[in-house]
Amino acid sequence: MLERWFPNQMERGAVQCLIAALIAALVILLVRRRAPNLVTEVFVAELRGLLQIIAVGTILAFLLRGPQWTAIFVLAGMAIAAASIVRKRAGKIPRVYTLALASITAGAGSILGLMIALGVIPMRISILVPVGSMVIANTMNTQSMFLDRFRGEILAHIGEIESALALGATADTAVGRYLQAAFRASLIPSIDNLRSLGIVWIPGLMAGIVLSGQSPLYGALYQFVVLTTIFSSAGLSCLVTSYLITRRVFSPQDQLLLRG
Amino acid sequence: MNSTRYILECRNLGRELPSPQHRLLLRNVSFTLQQAEVLAVIGPSGAGKSTLLRLLNRLNEPTQGSVYLHGRDYREMPVLQLRRCIGMVMQRAYLFPGTVSENIVFGPAQQGKTMNPQQVDDLLARVGLEGYASRDALTLSGGEAQRVAITRALANEPEVLLLDEPTSALDEVSRDGVQSLLASLIRERRLTCVWVTHSLDQARAMANRVLALRAGEVEAIGTPGEILHA
Ligand SMILES: Nc1ncnc2c1ncn2[C@@H]1O[C@H](COP(=O)(O)OP(=O)(O)O)[C@@H](O)[C@H]1O
Ligand SMILES: [Mg+2]
Repeated sequence: MLERWFPNQMERGAVQCLIAALIAALVILLVRRRAPNLVTEVFVAELRGLLQIIAVGTILAFLLRGPQWTAIFVLAGMAIAAASIVRKRAGKIPRVYTLALASITAGAGSILGLMIALGVIPMRISILVPVGSMVIANTMNTQSMFLDRFRGEILAHIGEIESALALGATADTAVGRYLQAAFRASLIPSIDNLRSLGIVWIPGLMAGIVLSGQSPLYGALYQFVVLTTIFSSAGLSCLVTSYLITRRVFSPQDQLLLRG
Repeated sequence: MNSTRYILECRNLGRELPSPQHRLLLRNVSFTLQQAEVLAVIGPSGAGKSTLLRLLNRLNEPTQGSVYLHGRDYREMPVLQLRRCIGMVMQRAYLFPGTVSENIVFGPAQQGKTMNPQQVDDLLARVGLEGYASRDALTLSGGEAQRVAITRALANEPEVLLLDEPTSALDEVSRDGVQSLLASLIRERRLTCVWVTHSLDQARAMANRVLALRAGEVEAIGTPGEILHA
């Protein structure tokens, strides 16, 4: 229907955005009583997301004409942005920005690098940027969840942690079980994504491949590749975080610093 | 060294919160502790009693003065070794998930020492918890849990035991039981203790000396007779 009214693709895109935003506004209106403080947050997030994705679309259109390795810089910029979003969620943890940057870079960077080296993901902007961004974004969410859960566990178990320290345990031993809980909680979504693949959801990338007229089976296989890559990156980044986090919430004398 | 006749010596100990608060929690606390001495620390809520104990086993860092263990500045010791030497029992038991036995062997296990089941059973029998070794630690009553917490601290064979109102979260019956248990353990093992209490009766019954804190400063220190007169 829209195609008939707006034959120009760009105009159609703008109208599609507008309609989606109007429906979101309607939902905000409906939930506003139950979640009053969410309204502005959602509104700002919507606006921000729209502007950012337009900017990225413009940059991509520009980059597609240049050399393919510029994709690396786009992804590096995304990792930096992702780390600062993690900091917003987990800002109470000291020096969390460098922690998030290190773990996202280590997780997403090494797994993507390996995938490129093995030829599983081609070094082409048109594929590397969207796939890489999915990997980085999911790794970022995993980090936020890991840190949020870890902080919650620590604050709920200060007495147990300090009892362990008082018995001569190292900081790592004292928080071992809370690291495990955070690990598990943060990786559940990545695992569930794999589990529900195809049954509960057909992710965007596969939709894109199907829409672009390629074989649905190839789209399906590639989607599996991407979700598995996401899991590897998320898992590796959590591992890095679990090694770095203890020194950020304890003093060098193994005194618990995190109290709020 | 003239200070070695003391197990523990506290010189001008103090702690100020780091910026931006800069709040003074404790200032100029000095005392000495000999083998088998029990020092009661009393004072109103918020006086800094827990802060003092947490400085003694270095769960917090002093910003003024220091603590000397057998005459040696405790900041020169590895902190894990220090905390094994200075055990602590808190107001609540804070047992770890698992069995009673797993809680008790935790301390020695941190030094790579294993306790055999017989040793655990003997310790438990001593604190009135015969046959509790395989019980789930998180289903115990308040009094039982606190006895396990005391046993857990003693399993490390500490030279000094810090007690932070160990009976104040308990009901009256288990409070008396835990207090007399601690009294007999202190006597028979010649334990050296710093015992924070808000009960003057408890201080009178347990202590050789009493330290009264108020607003983070020493108000008085002396024998129970001098401090708790009338
Ligand atoms: N980490 C901390 N941050 C802020 N205030 C603290 C902290 N630790 C202790 N305090 C404050 O220090 C004072 C003394 O506390 P505490 O030693 O627990 O008192 P007591 O055990 O005598 O009741 C209290 O006013 C308490 O609020
Ligand atoms: Mg207290």
